[in-house]
This record gives sequence, structure tokens and C-alpha cells, in this order.
Amino acid sequence: MVTDRIVVLGAGTGGTLIANRLRRRYADDRMAITVVDQDDRHVYQPGLLFVPFGLLRSDEIVKPRHEQLHDGIVFHQSGVDSVRIADDEVHLSDGSVLGYDVLIVATGAQLLPGETEGMTGPGWMENVFTFYSPEGAAALHRALEQFPGGRLVINVVDMPIKCPVAPLEFAFLADWYFHERGIRDAVEITYVTPLDAAFTKPVAAEALGGLLAEKGIELVTEFNTGEVDGAGGRLVSYDEREVPFDLLVTVPVHGGADFVARSPGLGDDLNFVPTDPHTLQSEAAPNIFVLGDAADVPTSKAGSVTHFEGEVLEENIVRFLASEPLDASFDGHTNCFIETGFHKALLIDFNYDTEPLRGHFPGRAGPMPLLKESRLNHLGKLMFQPLYWHALLPGRGLPGITPAMSMAGKKRPSDEETS
Amino acid sequence: MSTQTIAGTDVELNDEGFFVHPEQWSDAIGVEIAKAAGIDPMTDRHWQVVHYMRRQYLDTGAAPSIRALGKASGVPVKELYQLFPKGPAKLAAKIAGIPKPRGCI
Repeated sequence: MVTDRIVVLGAGTGGTLIANRLRRRYADDRMAITVVDQDDRHVYQPGLLFVPFGLLRSDEIVKPRHEQLHDGIVFHQSGVDSVRIADDEVHLSDGSVLGYDVLIVATGAQLLPGETEGMTGPGWMENVFTFYSPEGAAALHRALEQFPGGRLVINVVDMPIKCPVAPLEFAFLADWYFHERGIRDAVEITYVTPLDAAFTKPVAAEALGGLLAEKGIELVTEFNTGEVDGAGGRLVSYDEREVPFDLLVTVPVHGGADFVARSPGLGDDLNFVPTDPHTLQSEAAPNIFVLGDAADVPTSKAGSVTHFEGEVLEENIVRFLASEPLDASFDGHTNCFIETGFHKALLIDFNYDTEPLRGHFPGRAGPMPLLKESRLNHLGKLMFQPLYWHALLPGRGLPGITPAMSMAGKKRPSDEETS
Repeated sequence: MSTQTIAGTDVELNDEGFFVHPEQWSDAIGVEIAKAAGIDPMTDRHWQVVHYMRRQYLDTGAAPSIRALGKASGVPVKELYQLFPKGPAKLAAKIAGIPKPRGCI
């Protein structure tokens, strides 16, 4: 019996769920699965949004990575030095070398605050924060508690970023938070984005831009951040516009993992891995596949995408090992709850070809309204954490949601005009 | 879509003014488009960016983003904004006769 060697780089959402799926699919003597990660802390990243507002503690959203992996999966804790594509080998920072028959790159996206002039200089973690890391989110919580009022600026430096709606959610929750503290009138909230609207796609941009206006949050668009001046409290764009702040909540630029740059032929300029958007096979080699944020596929970097990709990737790896054509196809399906404060949330559901639309979910009779605030959407968002640990990471389906996006219940703008 | 005559050549542009057929482009056309956008003259630094973008597009099928340009074109982002005010990636793509850089999601 041939034992296929599967090496998975990264034990986050994607690496964990694909390792668990493959372990369930194949007997131990048929497939050896090794998962590599540099540390043993698995962060429930959607929870980071709630930490600054004291709704979750940072220790409540972290669990050991190895405990999320099923029996019969080897967890190897080490950084990755490089992938030698021609030799089918991964060289690890601890000196060991792992040969593979199939390699799955699931090392996600990392924050690169050092790439923006001044961001990590004076003021970093004092009046300049990011909530995209557990440490940053916890530090921001303390800063928000002590914030006496003034100018709060929320800033996206550049795309792509993980969970592109998260900074908008932060703005909505900040509005709610300062209402609760009774000082909303003393806080000026500004949302600064490099995009030409609140969001990338027209229907969602209109709905989300409308919500910003309703909540008295100022929107500054097409602002390409060139410099953060923490000491002077100024955000400066490349074309020399300025936005003053007392407290800056920024989303730093993102890039792929560092080892990608040390692996000739694997990645692009930003260290993301060029990947077929439908089969999830890398362009670098037929036996290298990519899952989640590490891929350059044109959809959101979000856990729901990784979850939907997981089922497609499992099928394609089975086919690849059987020397069959890769006919499982990912459609870019993304599904995100968007917290809007005051115990409400929106929901968006879209794919490569269909932008987020209004309507109902799941299906025509679904109880959750799309692109419209509701309490049930908020409850859905809260319910998601246990589902993440107990259904999504083990590689099971989610109730009522298929990997392929469904048009049932969605209204195209042309339908709305006629109705 | 519309057909326009630029530097004596008929070219097809989309509604936003980007080339539909990049092969219809020439340096002389680039000079005219730049002039219309207020860039006159085109310096060596302008050409370095425009030619880099075109090469990238023809090699990879996608126009590079502003960040990729800043890293790989040899011209830092700050200077890109001085050379091509407002939206360097978009404007340089227009002058280079290639489609609009793909927006991120």
C-alpha cells in the first residue's frame, strides 16, 4: 500500500479544517498528514472585533492549535524556511526537512505595520492601534476605556485585508460604545479608506455608506495613507491630504508569509500565492494547493471563504492523488455577518460573479435579511464562535449553507426596480 | 465603448477611457494621453513606470497595483504620486494603454 505524504503549512482555519477533512477521508496507513505552524496559539479571528469594546477577552478567543487537529495528524511546531518546489521538500526553521506528495499552503496573511512610514514609530500602541492582533485588540480596549472624547479615526491603509468589513464594523460598534458610555457627542468618528466608497461593490457600498451617514460617521474616500504621525496626531496621504486624530485605529497593509519570498517561483510581489480561483491548485506546481488567505484568488480574505474552499479542495486532492482531472470548482462564495451596533447586524452573501445583494437568507423563506440590520443576524454572529470550534475546524458543513452560493432569496438591482 | 483617433491612430477605448486592445498602443499615443491628463512632458521616470506596467500586463495578464508598482517598478510610491497625481496606478495604466488595474475585494 502506498502512503501519500501530505504536508500542510499553517494550522489556522484552513490548515486545520483541511487536515481534519483528509484525516477523515483516508486511513492512517494510506495517508500521512503533517501540519506545521510556528506557534501553538489558534486565534478565533472574528472575535478580535469584540475585544476592544470589552465584549470578549483576548484569552477567550485563543486555544491551542494542536488540540483542534484530529488524532492521527502530526503537529510539527516550527517556522518555515522555504519550499523547494523542484525537490518536493519543505525546509523548516528548526532544520528538519519534510518531503511531500501534496503540499497545502495555508499560512494566511500577516500584518505589515512596518511598511507604512511612521506607523510603528512614536505613538504605536499609545494613540495608534490595530485590533487585528490579540495584543493590539487588548491594548485598544484599555485605550477606549480611558478615551475622554475627541477624534477617533478608523483607517484602512491598503487592500487586500482580512475581513474587509471588519473596520466598518469597528466604526459602527464605536458609535454604539460611546453612546453607552454617554459621551457620543464628544467623539468625532471618521472612516478613512483607499476605496472610492465605503465598500468595493456598489449595492453593499450604498447600504454601508448609508449606515455610516445615519450614525454620524464621516467618510473619507480615496485616501492612500503614506505616513502615520503618532506624535503629531496626523494621518497623511501620498497626495498630501491630512486627517487629524486623537486615537487612530488602523488596519496595516497585509502580505503573505515570509517564507513565500524565500521560495523561488511560489509567490507574487506581496507574497501571496498565485492560485487557480476554481480548482485552488497553485500556479507554481501541480502538487501544491493553496487554501484561505494565502491565495491570491479574487474574493474576500475571510474564514467563510476558507470554509467553503475546504470542501472543494478536499475533492480536488482526492482526484489529484487518483490522477483524475480536478473538476471540483470553487465559485468564490463568501458569507459575512456585519455588526452594526445596538445588538443588530447585517448579512452579506456573494461570490466571484454576484455582488452582495438584498433579499433573504438562506433562500426565499430564510429568516435572515441580507444587507439589512436585524437582531437575528447579530445572534447569528454570536452563535458563530461555538460553530467555528466545533463544526468548521473539524471540517463539517454548516447548517443550511452550501459551499456553492445560491441565488434563492436574492434580489438583483433590476428586480428591485420592477417590484 | 468608443473609437478615438489619437496620434493619427484609431484606438478603441472603454467607457472609463482604458484601452480595449492594448496592441493598438504606441509610445506616441502614450504621449498624447499623458498630455490630455496634464502630464507634459513625459520624463524618463514616467516612461520607466509606464513601460514597467505594460510589460507586467503583457506578461501576467493583470495590471499591477500601486503597492506592487512601488515595490517592483524602481519608483517609490511617494514619487509615483508626484509623477501621476491622484491615482498613479489608474493614470499610468491609461497612458500605458492597458486595462484598469483590478480592484481588490
